Amino acid sequence: MAEAIRLRVNGADHAVRAHPDTPLLYVLRNDLGLKGTRFGCGNGECGACYVMMDGRAVASCDTPLWSAAGKDIVTVEGLGREGSLHPLQQAFIDEQAMQCGYCASGIMMSAAALLANNKSPTEAEIRAALDKNLCRCGSHNRIVRAVRRAAGKQP
Amino acid sequence: MSATAPAAAALPGSLKDNPRLSQWLRFGRDGTVSIMPGKVELGQGIVTALAQIAAEELDVAVGRIRMVATATPASPNEGVSSGSLSVQDSGSALRLACAEARALLLECAARRLGVPAAELEVSDGRVRHAGGATTDYWSLIDEGMLERDATGSVAPKPPARYRIVGTSVPRFDIPRKAAAQAGFIQDLLWPGMLFGRVVRPPRHGAALASCNQDKVAAMPGVVAVVRDGSFLGVVAEREEEAIRAATALAAACSWQGGTPFPEPHKLGEFLVQQASKTTVLSEKSDPVSRTGSTVLSATYTKPFISHGSIGPSCAVARFESDAALRVWSHSQGVYNLRRDLALTFGLPAESVTVQHVEGAGCYGHNGADDVALDAALLARAVPNRHVKLQWMRGDEFGWAPYGPAMRMQLRGALDANGRIVDWQHEFWSSGHSMRPGRGAVPAMLAGNYLGKPFARLPAIDMAMPAGGGGRNSIPLYDFPNQRVVNHYIEAMPLRTSALRSLGGYANVFALESFMDELAEAVGADPVEFRLRHLSDPRGRAVIEAAARLSHWSDHARDRGRIGSGDTARGLGLGFAKYKNLGAYCAVVAEVEAEAEVRVKRLWIAVDVGLVVNPDGVVNQIEGGAIQAASWTLKEQVKFTTEGIASQGWEDYPILRFSEVPAVQVEILNRPEQKSVGAGEAPMGPTAAAIANALSTALGVRVRDLPLTPERVAAAIG
Repeated sequence: MAEAIRLRVNGADHAVRAHPDTPLLYVLRNDLGLKGTRFGCGNGECGACYVMMDGRAVASCDTPLWSAAGKDIVTVEGLGREGSLHPLQQAFIDEQAMQCGYCASGIMMSAAALLANNKSPTEAEIRAALDKNLCRCGSHNRIVRAVRRAAGKQP
Repeated sequence: MSATAPAAAALPGSLKDNPRLSQWLRFGRDGTVSIMPGKVELGQGIVTALAQIAAEELDVAVGRIRMVATATPASPNEGVSSGSLSVQDSGSALRLACAEARALLLECAARRLGVPAAELEVSDGRVRHAGGATTDYWSLIDEGMLERDATGSVAPKPPARYRIVGTSVPRFDIPRKAAAQAGFIQDLLWPGMLFGRVVRPPRHGAALASCNQDKVAAMPGVVAVVRDGSFLGVVAEREEEAIRAATALAAACSWQGGTPFPEPHKLGEFLVQQASKTTVLSEKSDPVSRTGSTVLSATYTKPFISHGSIGPSCAVARFESDAALRVWSHSQGVYNLRRDLALTFGLPAESVTVQHVEGAGCYGHNGADDVALDAALLARAVPNRHVKLQWMRGDEFGWAPYGPAMRMQLRGALDANGRIVDWQHEFWSSGHSMRPGRGAVPAMLAGNYLGKPFARLPAIDMAMPAGGGGRNSIPLYDFPNQRVVNHYIEAMPLRTSALRSLGGYANVFALESFMDELAEAVGADPVEFRLRHLSDPRGRAVIEAAARLSHWSDHARDRGRIGSGDTARGLGLGFAKYKNLGAYCAVVAEVEAEAEVRVKRLWIAVDVGLVVNPDGVVNQIEGGAIQAASWTLKEQVKFTTEGIASQGWEDYPILRFSEVPAVQVEILNRPEQKSVGAGEAPMGPTAAAIANALSTALGVRVRDLPLTPERVAAAIG
């Protein structure tokens, strides 16, 4: 019953044998070894599992495999290029913008989707773009500073 | 130990229990130093702070330090990483152990170079004599050198000579976490690893009446359906198969019995009605100043609060045949967990190993230990295979221990001069600690549901002065008469245990709210009123600093009310010395109240003694204050008499990016004072500051947490 489904993730093509209803999250983590995308709630309520699909941040925990087929998927592992960090990743380091860091990948995906469409967001725009992502450690303000820094602004 | 060694009693706790120097540090051949603390990273940055302390005492660059993750049986047993005690416990042990290792290396260098040890200098592990002779630690070290017990006879560096401690060394773990190589426990993967999920009853204490396992056992990928009494779970080849099977299994079960919960809307009354053990925690009596002309009383409540970590609890377990158990866990206490796992399975402790692996943010005794037993019970059914089990979100909200609900009843009397002459504080709470490793039987959840069940342990009432429910119930202010009474409720249908700051959050919320109520009764400014009653100079200093940061005096004439527009705005203050033993923290909140309560800004002054890593302290204080603001404005575990209703984030909202206040933190560095932890200090003061600011803005007092729009509207009337 497991049929091969073709997925394009971080620019590479994969054929995955799994039930078509399988949430994309588990395929990314357990089949493709892309463990930066994480389980948080299973209902798209927290953002820990966000990936970019055709340029939009979506919850991979409630995206079934069949609906991801043929889409251009970018995970946090695909943000940087050839071993160098994406400006967002570097900015998170520079601003020490996390405590536990569990939510960080999903937040970076929301921020990357924002910056792709808006090169120079205001602080309010950044907060609005990250509002579906939950952070429990209270690193929000550092994260907002990191996104500003990545956008080339004074944090 | 040799007869000539000085008494080990002089050593600090962790080093006294684990005196062998080689347990704490090891020199690598590649010019590194491995440091092996018994305290674990919870997302609080402790590993970096401990590396700084070690590098400082050894005189090596912090980049040479490699921090080893805690594991049984190799790591020193430092109990539990909790109570903001890691810098204090592990830090002081490492400081002495490293100072002693440095002295041993210098003795050896002196012999080799033929010069007096006192004339040697160390820079980044290179040892030099003014005459030109040099060597280094890695040439000097030999295998036996650290195979001896600490004596505590080598004095560590005086703080005036610190170069690494006191600087904002970047956190060791952030680069890998930013680069998607975090290595969380949830990310562990072995070839052939299986995935588990558990099925819980609808209510605590319910028993499994019937279960049709056969259909589930035949589902694709299912390797085992595990039932032991009323403990139920599945093991499958793939994670989504385990989830599907668990969902099907839940639908195929019927349960009976269970403990009814209290009426959610009558929490305060419920707590008072429970059987409780009453003790007096503090009593002061001065008949001369007994009579007060103004007497006030007020009652405050705090609901059950969830840890709400973004990553649900997770563990990996593997049974080697039947005789040995290996567990990977984000537990705060790997030795304690090992002890309770060994008890559960009737294994000797040596047959169980627990390796710490970082999990998502940990704010107290969450589901980490419980899920470790769940995983082990599933792994027992599939020997020689790794089984990973991450709880689903509903497991986390429904079954991880909660921070207990509390009720605080205060009464105060003021004399004609506006001084408090009598203070009474009574509180009701279940226990704030149910951690493994301390009871006669194992503490983990699944143990209560096995075919041969272990009795459910009550959460204990921890002893003062740190206290559990009693934490921060004794005022730091100078009152001539006072009485603090603890009503400890042993039997509580909801599981409760330690959550960040324990009773301190609710007690400080009540105490500091009531201080404002008394100040208002005599027309006093809240800052001045506190200083009027406080002689502790470090306490006064943080209050004055927070007032200065927030430009409090600009608004003092309006008693903290800001502006005169339609939107009501106000400032409020909260203060505490955490546990009455730790960090001093004062918070000023600016609150805006319309249809809902918005916290706009928090100004925080904190004194943690000697600061190891300033940015680390700021990060912890800022994070704690934002979490406390979330608790205060939004959070309560929802339940009915039938069971827990909070299953997802929609039922348990927390503060979001657009709602988070600006936070400014000022550290009052006190290099002459011992370092104390920062992470829990702002919780209570933030709650009180917000409640007080709300009262200033609207002129009404909300005494029940959280401060929801409905409660504010009800108070306005």
